[in-house]
Amino acid sequence: MQRDVNQALAREFGLSADEYATVLQIMGRTPSLTELGVFSVMWSEHCSYKSSRVWLRQLPTKAPWVLQGPGENAGVVEIGEGLAAVFKMESHNHPSFIEPYQGAATGVGGILRDVFTMGARPIANLNALRFGRPDNPVTKRLVDGIVRGIGGYGNCVGVPTVGGEINFHRAYDGNPLVNAMTVGIARADRIFLSAAAGVGNPVVYVGSKTGRDGIHGATMASAEFAADSEEKRPTVQVGDPFTEKLLIEACLELMETDAIVAIQDMGAAGLTSSSVEMAGKGGVGIELDLDKVPQRETGMTAYEMMLSESQERMLMILRTDRQELAAAIFHKWELDFAVIGHLTDTGRIVVRHQGRIEADIPLAPLNDKAPLYHRPTTETKKQEPLNATRIEDRLGLGAALERLIACPDLCSRAWVWDQYDATVRGQTVKRPGTADAAVVRIDGRKLALALTTDCTPRYCAADPEEGGRQAVAEAWRNLTAVGARPLALTDNMNFGNPEKPEIMGQFAAAIRGMAAACEALNFPVVSGNVSLYNETQGRAILPTPVIGGLGVLDDAATAVGIALPPWLDIVLIGATKGWLGQSLWLREIAGREEGAPPPVDLAAERAAGDFVRGQIASGLVRACHDVSDGGLLVALAEMAMAGGTGARLSVHPRDIPGHAFWFGEDQGRYVLAVPEAGMVIRAAEAAGVPAARIGTSGGRDLTLPDGATISVEALRNAHTRFFRTWMG
Amino acid sequence: MKAGIIVFPGINRERDMAIALERSSGRAPRMVWHTETDLDGLDLVVIPGGFSYGDYLRCGAMAAQSPVMDAVRRHVARGGYLLGACNGFQIMVEAGLLPGALLRNASLRFLAMDCHLRVERTDTAFTNHYQRGQVARAVLAHGEGNYFADDATLDRLEGEELVAFRYATPVGEITPEANLNGSARNIAGIYSPDLRVLGLMPHLENLVDPLTGGTDGKPLFDALAA
Repeated sequence: MQRDVNQALAREFGLSADEYATVLQIMGRTPSLTELGVFSVMWSEHCSYKSSRVWLRQLPTKAPWVLQGPGENAGVVEIGEGLAAVFKMESHNHPSFIEPYQGAATGVGGILRDVFTMGARPIANLNALRFGRPDNPVTKRLVDGIVRGIGGYGNCVGVPTVGGEINFHRAYDGNPLVNAMTVGIARADRIFLSAAAGVGNPVVYVGSKTGRDGIHGATMASAEFAADSEEKRPTVQVGDPFTEKLLIEACLELMETDAIVAIQDMGAAGLTSSSVEMAGKGGVGIELDLDKVPQRETGMTAYEMMLSESQERMLMILRTDRQELAAAIFHKWELDFAVIGHLTDTGRIVVRHQGRIEADIPLAPLNDKAPLYHRPTTETKKQEPLNATRIEDRLGLGAALERLIACPDLCSRAWVWDQYDATVRGQTVKRPGTADAAVVRIDGRKLALALTTDCTPRYCAADPEEGGRQAVAEAWRNLTAVGARPLALTDNMNFGNPEKPEIMGQFAAAIRGMAAACEALNFPVVSGNVSLYNETQGRAILPTPVIGGLGVLDDAATAVGIALPPWLDIVLIGATKGWLGQSLWLREIAGREEGAPPPVDLAAERAAGDFVRGQIASGLVRACHDVSDGGLLVALAEMAMAGGTGARLSVHPRDIPGHAFWFGEDQGRYVLAVPEAGMVIRAAEAAGVPAARIGTSGGRDLTLPDGATISVEALRNAHTRFFRTWMG
Repeated sequence: MKAGIIVFPGINRERDMAIALERSSGRAPRMVWHTETDLDGLDLVVIPGGFSYGDYLRCGAMAAQSPVMDAVRRHVARGGYLLGACNGFQIMVEAGLLPGALLRNASLRFLAMDCHLRVERTDTAFTNHYQRGQVARAVLAHGEGNYFADDATLDRLEGEELVAFRYATPVGEITPEANLNGSARNIAGIYSPDLRVLGLMPHLENLVDPLTGGTDGKPLFDALAA
């Protein structure tokens, strides 16, 4: 590729006129093609966060247990016993739409590398997926390909996939979301960072060879799709989980030594971003000799090598005297190991190829003068709360329940989980579908992590601030519901085109709501990812700020699940007003998507959660489930199906219509199964938390307060029907 | 028994297997890297699950050509015990240590779920801690576990009582519905004629701890600890 570098090419590379003018000013001359490529990917939305940075700063990121907040490859929190959890979530939305299997697979691979780069052994994967309408013919192919891709990669590397979520909505028809999260465990005093240091130290390339795949992937991920997304297939990378597995083992083996000064994976923008960021953070210069880069294709140009997003590659700065030791480890694992440059004191990145200098850029302005936009925002218009008494229930509780638990957003996800290895490593205490959060024990200890991903996009669309608050609260609630102490979260902000004020307004409001919830729940953000331009032909996705929550249990044996055992009292914790606005009942049964979403009272949330966690710790709670999508009756049905036990419900609420009481989505609530309700209710009263006995468990049927009964068997049949019939 | 676990590049259930062996025997097994050629002193060799060489050519095909496999053959020839689970079973079949082949699951999908196994005989070194006809829950995690052999081989395996486990319902019935991956005659695992080599697809090593799903797999490892 030999092209004249000018403003037209810069625009093609995604740089605005102003941005290109800054490039010219920094360089003092017309940049080379390679240099323009470097600027364009470093300043892409994907790498520079130029539209989101001003807002992300508002998020709380500190707590005594936070060892590393945002800005590194992943976040790190102390979990006790000298150990740290390293975790992050990242999107692979654009590639997964273009090429579902490889897009999703490489999404898993990329986030795994972000975690083991820091010295952590990956112990769990989760994924949050959003798809368009099931009756859109494209959706089935995307679900199938993305699920296969996630499984294909995660199963092969031997990291259990333990949780996640799936939603369907027409707003994702042209832009499915694939958000992958990895959690790893490291020694708290052995965390590896990316700031390069030590002039003269070798720059070492390890892993797979470089090919022409994924060139300009970061730029592709920073623009809307038009109708030509198919043509973008060459920008998607191809995954090799086998090499990734070797890379994990080789890196962790090397990390047992003192050879590594700094390390970073080659993710988006490949060699460019890893070298520029490592040298930039360390305040040093870096010189690369591309002739030394392992290549799997011939005749590659400097531009292609610098922008390739070939997978399963890492860049390391090693101590000069440990180079041979490191090489021996990588050769044992049959991986490429090449010294491709060294650190300098020039503060510049210099790229040589075939005897020519292909790029020579000062790093400080490349990093510091990256564009930062305070884009205009407009607030989403608030909707009035819906008056539940004015919405007629034409169906009755039993029929509505059967329809709700069968709808795509609430039905069993077993078809999906059954393709993900959730048990490899032998430490999975709560598998998908058995508890509100996955629980994974630390090998050889009692200590365990609780993990969840959460977001309710329809709430976010109706009121982004409330939706942001709710997403954080629900993650915190799900961790609490297994008995864990929530510690911190990672976020994956999926939005439309930030150049539109209404989209930027959604973003700003969601951040505001998230920040308030993080603050109130002492639940800081330690890592995250922003995916903008999720639009096709001008239509944006629902605002989807996905929260990946992490909590800790000192003893895995104390974790509780949702499976309802027989002959217990069922107690509802938290206040019920019958909030039907934006509920799934309203959408699926009444056919309306409207009203303000349920508000989250953060003080009540905190009180209820702390109370429930205390009850679980006291050993009295046999099952616990938070009340979320679908409301109370759906939560009870899920507990009954998981436990294979029925229940008799005995509440007749005054002041609230029955359908609003049983299907309303009021926040901050939990259902507990306990041997004796009285004790729990008295303790709740003392803690100022609303609590009421709503029934007893046992038998094979769910008996509703209006006398109708549904067998647990019938519930299960309805619950598993959708995927069974859709996917065959 | 003194146990060793062979690790090929891409194997990922070696730790699970080590945990299960150590839980029953109290001794950590020796981890054997695939380039080693000396298995002397081991009574039991285990080839665990995973994706050796990425399963890229054909499951187990490349590992079967590995230097350590000659040592495994010598170990078997001198009467040593050999256990292979999942990818380990695939490798053993590719190496000709057991008959048949493992095809793609009938559903053409990776299966990761619990299954039930009927223990077909309880007089072997592997299963003598199970009760006759006992049903054990186990974990499936494979894309290619659909056991296939020609009818003559299947008849011989059955005639010589070399079928170790069959996919069954929770109460031990051998039905098509219980046969999750479509294996011939519901076969989940088979023995060599001398009953010293056992290959099976499901992971009993993942069910040795009540906290992580149950202990239905523990009798296998208790037997091997003896």
